[in-house]
Amino acid sequence: MNIVEMKNITKQFGDLTANDNVDFELRKGEIHALLGENGAGKTTLMRILYGLYQQTSGDILINGKKIVINSPKDAIANGIGMVTQHFALVPPMTVAENVILGYNDRFVIDRASIEKKVGEAAEQFGLDINPKSLVRHLSVGQRQRVEILKALFRNARVLILDEPTAVLIPQEVDVLFETLTRLCKEDLSVIFISHKLDEVTKITNRVTVLRDGKSFGTVNTADVTQNQLAAMMVGREAFGVKREVNTSSDDILLEIKNLSALDNQGLDCLKNINLTIHAGEILGIAGVGGNGQSELAETLCGVRPVSSGEIILDGVNLIGKNPAEFTKAGMGRVPEDRHEGVVGDLSVYENLALEYLDEYSNNGILDRKAIRKNAEDLIKQFQIKAKPNDMIRTLSGGNMQKVLLARVLSREPKVVIAPQPTRGLDVGATDYVREQLIKQSKRGAGVIMISEDLDEILSVSDRIAVIYEGEIVGILPAHEATPERLGLLMSGAVKEN
Amino acid sequence: MAMTKKKLRLVKTDTPPFWVKPAIPVLALIGTFIITSGLILLSNANPFETYYYFLFAPLGSRVSTLEILVKATPLILTGVAVTFAFATGYYNIGAEGQLYAGAIAAAGLGVALHGVPAIIAIPVMILGGFIAGMAWALIPALLKIKLAVDEVVTTLLMNSIMAYIVSALLNGPWRDPASGWPQSPEISPTAMFFKIVPRSRLNFGFVIAIAAILILWIIMTRTSFGLKMRAVGLGKPAAKFAGISVNKTILIAALVSGGVAGVAGVAEVAGIQFHLIGELSPGYGYTGVIIATLGSLNAFGVGLAAIFFGLVDAGAQTVSRALGVPVYLGEITQATMLLVALGMLLLQRYKIRRM
Repeated sequence: MNIVEMKNITKQFGDLTANDNVDFELRKGEIHALLGENGAGKTTLMRILYGLYQQTSGDILINGKKIVINSPKDAIANGIGMVTQHFALVPPMTVAENVILGYNDRFVIDRASIEKKVGEAAEQFGLDINPKSLVRHLSVGQRQRVEILKALFRNARVLILDEPTAVLIPQEVDVLFETLTRLCKEDLSVIFISHKLDEVTKITNRVTVLRDGKSFGTVNTADVTQNQLAAMMVGREAFGVKREVNTSSDDILLEIKNLSALDNQGLDCLKNINLTIHAGEILGIAGVGGNGQSELAETLCGVRPVSSGEIILDGVNLIGKNPAEFTKAGMGRVPEDRHEGVVGDLSVYENLALEYLDEYSNNGILDRKAIRKNAEDLIKQFQIKAKPNDMIRTLSGGNMQKVLLARVLSREPKVVIAPQPTRGLDVGATDYVREQLIKQSKRGAGVIMISEDLDEILSVSDRIAVIYEGEIVGILPAHEATPERLGLLMSGAVKEN
Repeated sequence: MAMTKKKLRLVKTDTPPFWVKPAIPVLALIGTFIITSGLILLSNANPFETYYYFLFAPLGSRVSTLEILVKATPLILTGVAVTFAFATGYYNIGAEGQLYAGAIAAAGLGVALHGVPAIIAIPVMILGGFIAGMAWALIPALLKIKLAVDEVVTTLLMNSIMAYIVSALLNGPWRDPASGWPQSPEISPTAMFFKIVPRSRLNFGFVIAIAAILILWIIMTRTSFGLKMRAVGLGKPAAKFAGISVNKTILIAALVSGGVAGVAGVAEVAGIQFHLIGELSPGYGYTGVIIATLGSLNAFGVGLAAIFFGLVDAGAQTVSRALGVPVYLGEITQATMLLVALGMLLLQRYKIRRM
């Protein structure tokens, strides 16, 4: 029995066809993955089902009956709930208040009775959450549980989860998966939007693959391998870039000595860090998010002041210099948050020149010809899908990252600092970024790649340093590293130095 | 069953049709007309006749046409001043006070420069007004970059302080000894801006205003500093990451903004009034904010918006004389125009669909 059927759904935004004649069927009680690269049309399709968008053409059937969904209100009335990537919760309110918000039509709210009701519902659905807690005190995983509870409280029989694991730590992912499996036994149906193959194969019953807005068919998860799914998703078998030859030399390029720094609250976030990077080497820095990685990248870019220590690049101590001087000295910096690295409302060519304005101007007057020429060259060289005049904000995440890589790498910096370089990118773009980093090391640059993705660390690095609470707790050659050994270091359970 | 009827909806679009942009001023004018008609009727006048006086009567004679440009001069300068700051993400609401700072400098220098030839006196006054405006803008700018104090509040409060300083000067040391009026002594004839059209009030100040538009345009689109300003205004973290000194950029933009507003004060003293008076500016500094916004922070847009406001200003005086309606109708029209135009600018990103 199909609880949801979407037939020949087409959605156009101006000239862009986000969904092209897509068919999608959801069975009662299954977990159904909607798999595809960024921009494949997964989220668009689900926003149509949830009433946030209206399809240009095509039909939606719930329990075999054709319906029109004009708004999320209609969707909720039809038993559809959605948990988006950005939670729609009011942080200063309690869990119970958030759950009943917009659902309780009484004028006076009886706090005790709603807390009791919400508490009972949480227990019934097996969602471990205290209805009296303030949402702002909750972790990301707990907030997600509140969102799920909110949907279930509104009698959702179909739950749409948009990339639910993107914000979670591994343990929270396990809890989420347990919850979903249990709820599905009670006939809830789940649509799981993702581009992570391991999760899809782990938890779902069936997979529908979208590519370029078109449906590439639905398969039983048990019948396919990850490589086959990847091929369906990107249209080629290639999956995962691996470091094949170690190009490290013995020349020390960058030395970080006894580096300490404070975070924005004025607390110690980097404690006595010592690292060396050799020419041609990729040093991976592994760690659970929030252990000082961002601050480390910022100090190495000159954006965050250090409280003590030295950063010696090719014999020159960079301490006390400004970010522009760091760049000039040969430190190439890929920003951690793409959106903070580009100015969305400036064009591609302006963003590409932003770091080197002195070079592109004579007596303060911009050499617009040279800037445009530079942009055209880099667009070709780095295969950026954009025109020089396009506003950066209209680009996809992958292309935005290519612009940032182009800006940094075209200068052939001595050291490349890449914090979370593939976060939020699809398989194709991830491969592209890793290939570029490896290319830099072959050229003789030192690469510092900070990543929370262990697969990435293991497949790209020559040496791996693990950071825990602002300290480097271990440095080991990549061939000696295993996920288990790194996991122990990352959890702070052991120190190897 | 959740079957609902098809409704008209606003749908976001990234590519408005080509005719939308030029149509906005026209549509905004029609919208403003409809909204203000009620008020005009309340003051016992005919809306069509009133709008005729607003928009066309000032164009009827040579003198009144030139008067539009006279009125537009300070508005162009404050509009340019505000644009400098706003484009950099620094919300300078203090152009009014900075204008008076420039005016004080012009009135003081204008008297001190008695006997000095115009070729020296006029540049000295302009420079003096620019520096005075910069000086008045310095304190809020420093508070902003050193202590992150909200500039909207500080620049606004500085306007009130300046109003009292002007009042103290005019009722104290600068009170005109000849007439006893609260106005400063007349500036030297050589310091007065020359007329660029004989038998009108249109003077050298208008030339300065046009130059300001061109300089703003060149800086914003052709210089690396202009790109830095826009980068800081549109994305501070990215600008900082790219090695641009955010605070320095803001400081320079804030000071230039104050300086240009100061020159607006010079133009009023040296071109129109020849004295410092308390009513030198009927809120030109605040109108500059409206003009910069209406002009979408674009140099030529600012020029057009200022000239349009000059037209309505000139028209408001004619209409009040001819039809006996309050002169404030002009201000109401300008304010309504701003709201309608801003609404239109927002709505151009949407299209109407039935679904």
